[in-house]
Amino acid sequence: MALAKRIIPCLDVENGRVVKGVQFLDIRDAGDPVEVAKRYNEQGADEITFLDITATHEGRDTMVHTVEKMASQVFIPLTVGGGIRSCDDIRTMLNAGADKVSINSAAITNPEFVRQASERFGSQCIVVAIDAKKVSAPGETNRWEIFTHGGRKPTGIDAVAWAVKMAEYGAGEILLTSMDQDGVKNGYDLGVTKAIADAVNIPIIASGGVGNLQHLVDGVKLGGADAVLAASIFHFGEYTVPQAKQFMREQGIEVRL
Amino acid sequence: MSTVAVIDYGMGNLHSVAKALEHVQPNVEVRVTSDPAIIADSDRVILPGVGAIRDCVAQMLAQGVDQEVADTLASGKPFLGICVGYQALMQFSEENQGTQCLGVYPGQVKQFADAMTEDGERLKVPHMGWNKVSQTIDHPLWQGIADNSRFYFVHSYYVAAENPAQVAGRCRYGVDFDVALSEKNSFCVQFHPEKSHTAGLQLLTNFLHWDGKL
Repeated sequence: MALAKRIIPCLDVENGRVVKGVQFLDIRDAGDPVEVAKRYNEQGADEITFLDITATHEGRDTMVHTVEKMASQVFIPLTVGGGIRSCDDIRTMLNAGADKVSINSAAITNPEFVRQASERFGSQCIVVAIDAKKVSAPGETNRWEIFTHGGRKPTGIDAVAWAVKMAEYGAGEILLTSMDQDGVKNGYDLGVTKAIADAVNIPIIASGGVGNLQHLVDGVKLGGADAVLAASIFHFGEYTVPQAKQFMREQGIEVRL
Repeated sequence: MSTVAVIDYGMGNLHSVAKALEHVQPNVEVRVTSDPAIIADSDRVILPGVGAIRDCVAQMLAQGVDQEVADTLASGKPFLGICVGYQALMQFSEENQGTQCLGVYPGQVKQFADAMTEDGERLKVPHMGWNKVSQTIDHPLWQGIADNSRFYFVHSYYVAAENPAQVAGRCRYGVDFDVALSEKNSFCVQFHPEKSHTAGLQLLTNFLHWDGKL
């Protein structure tokens, strides 16, 4: 089949700077978001995801300007997430130049929001982000639940059932982050990735835990992901996007080179 | 300074098209507009599109975009339709329980099947990502773009054109479908050139240099 698997560098942005933490803590600075995005655009990244982890209003305004600047220099799809709670938020981000928005906790508070957003803006620009953690004990059947607040707050919602529901409500794509894996560089949680990829008919982006290029390959081949997202392996120069694509191609995965 | 009108009918994000045009040719004046006088006065016209077809077509009709497109096509000026701006020009779309479109070109807009597979792999819908486009004709807009280059797509419905002579490019995703259409001074594409990096920016550059003749 001819559709290339996508590589998506992810920029976590706080108060106008790209940062990267380990399991949502211990933050390191990784540069100016527009410069970082331009670099990935030039390297041949297939999309860029941009997550605003700022909590303040001033930070939010900075975010809109950053998206505007990025969109005038980056000509690949741009997904923006973090604090998207209303159709007005979505309109603001799309007008600033985002192609898709990622909805996370607002979907949990009010699932109807996902339906309204996809009807109004089209499923193609509505990504639902799911932060999942394994809750089954060793030996039990695998079970994952959704956590909010950086992984601290359990919701009791089954991650696979939630993904199915969000697809029914009109999500065009699922961004699945494994909270156990995030930043620890042991690879994606392939179990939950595969379970969700098999359960829904919309594309899945695997996220959380990439430490080397084999992890990207595993996300596609074993996890069934349509796209693989990574942050720190690219930000801190361990690998470039072309190196990742070359490696994936050598492993028999179709990529855009 | 040459001018290009990007028709604004109140849907989706039109600025990414404008920004990409300004990037490839800084001395072009890009006018994101709904004003028929400005559209008529521009050297080139683009009909972009993102969103659900029923609302898009309803907005176009309410605003007289059908007439603006007809006038542009008759004028001989270069015209570019993108994504829903391409689909809307066909006769009928299966989207939104069936939507009558503007009927400029013969053909239908069909839904990708739910359970498509190819080479043992399940094909997800929307068709989202970078796919290969095979160029079925020589055209000024394909200049400098290698055949089978990848462009960025995001859509759940595809065009099945009725007149093979109008097909300029094809793509395969479970089915073969018509991703580019050419007729005189008009060129339409299903993919998003403004989001397709080098190949897409080349196509936009070609459009800004095209005189509308084949």
